[in-house]
This record gives sequence, structure tokens and C-alpha cells, in this order.
Amino acid sequence: MPTGVRADRVSHAQRVGLGLSGYVMIARMWVRASLAYRTSFVLLSLSQLVVTGMDFLVILILFSHTDALGGLRAPEVFFIYGSSAVALGIADMLAGSLEAVGQRIRDGSLDSMLVRPIPVLAQVAADQFALRRIGRITQALVVMVIAIVVAPIDWTLAKGVLVVLMVFAGSGIFGAVFLLGGCFQFVAGDAAEVSNAFTYGGDALAQLPWTIYPKELLRAAVFVLPLAFINWVPVAWILGRPLPLGMPPFMAWSSPVVSAGFLGVAGLLWRIALRSYRSTGS
Amino acid sequence: MSKTVIELRDVRKDFVLRRKAGRLRRTRHVVSAVAGLSFRVSAGEVLGYLGPNGAGKSTTIKMLTGVLMPTSGYLRVAGMEPMAERLALTRRIGVVFGQRTTLWWDLPLRDSFALLRRIYRVDEQRHRHNLEELVELLNLGDLLDQPVRSLSLGQRMRGDIAAALLHDPEILYLDEPTIGLDVVSKTRVREFLSALNAERGTTILLTTHDLGDIERLCSRVTVIDHGRMVFDGSVAGLHRFGNAERTLVVDLAEPLPPVQVNGGQVVRVDGPRQWITFPAEQPAAPLVAQVAAEYPLMDLSVAEPDIESVVAKLYARGSA
Repeated sequence: MPTGVRADRVSHAQRVGLGLSGYVMIARMWVRASLAYRTSFVLLSLSQLVVTGMDFLVILILFSHTDALGGLRAPEVFFIYGSSAVALGIADMLAGSLEAVGQRIRDGSLDSMLVRPIPVLAQVAADQFALRRIGRITQALVVMVIAIVVAPIDWTLAKGVLVVLMVFAGSGIFGAVFLLGGCFQFVAGDAAEVSNAFTYGGDALAQLPWTIYPKELLRAAVFVLPLAFINWVPVAWILGRPLPLGMPPFMAWSSPVVSAGFLGVAGLLWRIALRSYRSTGS
Repeated sequence: MSKTVIELRDVRKDFVLRRKAGRLRRTRHVVSAVAGLSFRVSAGEVLGYLGPNGAGKSTTIKMLTGVLMPTSGYLRVAGMEPMAERLALTRRIGVVFGQRTTLWWDLPLRDSFALLRRIYRVDEQRHRHNLEELVELLNLGDLLDQPVRSLSLGQRMRGDIAAALLHDPEILYLDEPTIGLDVVSKTRVREFLSALNAERGTTILLTTHDLGDIERLCSRVTVIDHGRMVFDGSVAGLHRFGNAERTLVVDLAEPLPPVQVNGGQVVRVDGPRQWITFPAEQPAAPLVAQVAAEYPLMDLSVAEPDIESVVAKLYARGSA
């Protein structure tokens, strides 16, 4: 038996291609399935919109008691809230199903995914793809757009570009957190809650201005889990305020780099986790 | 000698278990699920992979499909190293995990199949042809529009088998394909697999607890226990190996002393009914003829060899 047969081997680039096309295939199928029940789809989307609107309500109530939060005024805080919520909404829609890795491992369906010709990550992420999560994104986007119009910002082209980059980078960072949560579930069977603590918890953190938090927490959000780069760092620059932890202004543009790096690390850990996968009995 | 499609050489899979010992201390514990397994499967063979619970059957299948990484040893399936070339290998193999479905729970069977066509990039025409054939042979016609969750176990299993074969794999792994199925469903699945092997030459490796599967389907049996092989040979060989016997049960017109026949031995008498055992590989007809000629025979039945006890003997030997 020849040992050097590698003709069939899937290259790295092919792998990415297979992953993306596979993701789209599976996601489309779930969308089609969910649209089969149109009323239920509309109701679920609306309920998502309302539920996620609740935490915005909390911020509104806060501002009925005070004029500023950590030195920032209401429209500025809305901008911070919106930018984090949009990023989380996108990440949740695209990769939120990674939360269910533990469940997939326990019921053995991860094994089924492993024997299909699409990278497992794409299959897990696209599993149960729910377009209704667009409700959350819409709500957050509305808040963000209103903030952009109302907040006292001298808009320049650079700032406009940074807003777009920030949304992508922020989604990437939240996506990486989802992915890390997924990896963690290979080690600790039912750790979906741990992952939630960092995704939804991270969102709760990033929705409010960095100026209200102690320095230690900011350091952790920069050096340990780079949640500060979701929105704080770029938003500070856009609002013309000093960057957190006295970072130089050019760091405002670092979010995409941090996001890509973080995703890379999470991706690597995912490969390691998959390699050490032990499956379930029988 | 036909081509080798599956080859294992001294394959091991160890799991490290950590057990609590004291408040913080934990002891490491190495358990070998597969402890040095070597065998080959040729193209077109139907191999029954037998063993008690926890023997390492599923672990072997998972290594052969690239789901699990072997701890050591040489492993090739269709010329590929399963774990390293998993994505490429998936197109050459079909897998059915009997205890769970690989289909999408909430989707109608038809949509699951359509999605699989796109995932495996099977061209439209070939897919339609394969699907038609599988739907007919597995009798799935009425089930196509039902979501998988509403199917019975037997229906779901047939759906899973069809799903595993839509991309024309050359090797089919079945992990306990008849577990929990009723007699009719079992027969249907077995007949289908036999035909698949005969017509398409698909190599089949199936793990089972059901010795009926082995007897109806397999040209070769491998028995493993505690991660080691304890038998590898034909089904007849398995019988000989365990001195298997069949039993002829005869009902005579009246209670009589034990009948005297060549090649058989009466082991039990209960009124007019007598139990005669004879070696499994010996045909029953001469014995029946002899009894019918010499005694007032009213009725008879032949009990198949108690292969379970043969296997139990093997297991006992393996663990000794």
C-alpha cells in the first residue's frame, strides 16, 4: 500500500472554500425551512426585536436620572450601545450556534458532521441558522443610526470608514468569543453558560462607556479578552475623546487587526480541540 | 486477490481518564479501547464486526472514518489516512450510526436528501437516478415529505441508509444498523444491503449485536473483545470454532423412548416431543428422513445454532 498518496488531500484554500460554500448551503436550507411558517417567523423576529430592546430601555431609564454616564452624554452612550449590539447581533446570527457544540458532542451529532465533506466548523456554525436574529440587529442598527445623526460628532470620511470597519471587527471579536466558547465545550462538556458569560456578558460590558469601569477591568478587556476593541477604542476616537488606558490615537484603527488575530487564535484552538475530540461511547 | 480497501496494522486507541483521588489530586488512568488491532478488508467484502458492549467496535469505526485519531498504528482507508485526509475521505465512504440519525431532524426527508446532494456535489442527474433507486429499494416513497423527527425507528434507519449512499460511496460503514428494529424492518434492511453488495460491489463493514445480521449478510466475521481480535474468519468457521450445534425438534405421535439416529443425539425428551442436536455444518435433511422413516413423525422444526453461546465462549476466552 503506497503511503505517499496525497492527491486527494484538500488544500488549505480549498478547505476555506468548502467551508464558506457549505455554510451558505446549510444556512439557506434553514432559512427556507423557517420561512415555510411565515407567521411564526415574523412573530419570532418581532419578539427578538422587543426582547433585545429591553436593555436599551434600561439605558433610557438611566438617562432619565442623570445627564451623563462616565462623562458621556446620552447620544454618545447610544452610539456605544448600538455599535456593540450590532456587532453581537451579526456574530450571533452567523456563529451563535457554536454555543451548541457541547450539545452536539453529547448527542453524537458532531460525529455525523465529521463524516461529511464540509469543515465541521462551518457545519456547526450554520446549524439551526436563524434569520430571525435579524430582529436584534435591526433594533441595534436603528439605535446606532439615530445616535450617529444626533451625537455631536464632526463626521469625516475617515470616521465613516472606521464605523464600518468597527462593525466588522466587533462581529469578528464576538465571533471569536463564540468560537472559544465552542472549543471550551470540548473540554468541559456542558459549558454553554461559560461561553454566554463572555458573549452576552461582553455585550453588556461593551454597551456602556469604558469610563465607568475600573482600570483593572479595562486592562483585562485589552490584554486578556480583547473586548475593548469591539467598540470602545474606535468609538473613543470617533467621539474625539482620549482612548482607553491612554492608548495613542492611531490605535483606534487597530480593531480589525486585533479581531483578525483573535479569530486566528480561536481558529487554531478549534483545530486542536477537534484533534483531541474523544467522541461519545457507541 | 482483490484490492485491499481497509487496512489496520497494530492500531491502538488509548483514552486517558482522570479520576478524583482526594480533594485536589487526580490520578491518570489509561484505558485502551482498541489495543493493537490488525486486519484487512478487500473490496467487495461484507465484514461483520462483532463484540460485546465496550469492546471497541464503535471506536474502530470512528478511527476508520477519521472522527477519532488513533493513538498509534497504521491505518489506511481507500489509500488514505482517515484523520489527515478526512474531508477527501468523506466522499468515498458512507456512514450510518444506528443509534442516531445523520439527517436533519426538523427537515422533511426530501430536503435532507437535496441538501446532501449539494454538500457532496453530486450532479443532478446522478442524484436523481440514485435517489429513485434508493427510494424504491428502501420503500421510502411515502416518507419523503415527512420531517425526520416524525419517522419511526425503522423508517428513519432506511432514510439514513439512503442518505449514506446517495454519493455512491465505495465503502459503507454501519454501526448497529438493525438495533431496535422489528423483524420486518430488519429483513428489509438486510435484503437491501445484500443486494447493494452484490450489484454495486460496495464494501460493507458492519458492527452488530444481532447475530442474524451476521448470518444473513456477512461473508466474514471479526470478533473483538477488550480491544483485541479474538476471531477472524467465515461464519461457518465461527460455528466450528465454537462447536456449534443445531437442534432438530420432533413431535412424535406418542411418547417414546429417545430415538436412535446417526449423526444426532437426543438431549431432551418431554412427552411425545424430543430434542436432537447435531453439528451445525451438517445438513438436517438426512436426519429428518431417518426419523420420518423409522418413527411416527407428526411435526418438526430446526433450531438454528446457538451462535450467541459461541460468541459468549469467544468473549470469555478473550478476557481470560
